[in-house]
Amino acid sequence: MSPRAAARLEAIGFEGVYDYAAGKADWGASGLPLEGRPGPRASELARPDTPTCPAAERLQDVRARVLGSGWDTCLVVNRERVVIGRLGRRALARGDDVSVEDAMSEGPRTFRPDVRLGALVGWMRKRNLTSAVVTTSDGRLVGVVLLDDAEARLASERGDRS
Amino acid sequence: MSTVVDRDEVRRLLADGAQLVEVLPEEEFQEEHLPGAINIPLKELGDRAFELDRSRPVIVYCHDYQ
Repeated sequence: MSPRAAARLEAIGFEGVYDYAAGKADWGASGLPLEGRPGPRASELARPDTPTCPAAERLQDVRARVLGSGWDTCLVVNRERVVIGRLGRRALARGDDVSVEDAMSEGPRTFRPDVRLGALVGWMRKRNLTSAVVTTSDGRLVGVVLLDDAEARLASERGDRS
Repeated sequence: MSTVVDRDEVRRLLADGAQLVEVLPEEEFQEEHLPGAINIPLKELGDRAFELDRSRPVIVYCHDYQ
């Protein structure tokens, strides 16, 4: 994002434009101070009621259960509740009765519980996603953060500050 | 073409009076930003560039290599 910002400034006539490409992640990781008001973390909004299923289950059985619960996604977990895959809307809509393992997408991107909600919302918006999976560092499911929930919470935080 | 700078160069430029701009959305800026930075999200940069002093260097940054 910062390379595009630098290019845009130069395009409108700014000289002496510098791009700190490593950004605030680098700044913070080096131990230098950051300012701000830490907002809510992903763990606060991760919904634990997300449907789950084992990889060996039949897709038809999972579909009926998931859609009946009002969700449109199901996380595939092992016995330790480590997330190994995901059934999204497209997979759940399949007409053939295959195993979950054959229908799931493997290794969904996951986030740690301490990730800041603002950063998580930015990531989801950028990719047009409506949810994000939160797991512990060893991959165990904590829950799913829904974009609507997260945006509402951030809006509420802004309202509290004003 | 802009110059990519590292942390030490950022500190030197700031000591010499450079302006620091975080181009992430406001929520992310509010949560955490470099000391002295102002926030102009990338989408607003064209409209809000007047807030910057053209006579001084400008350093832009986001979270990391995005």
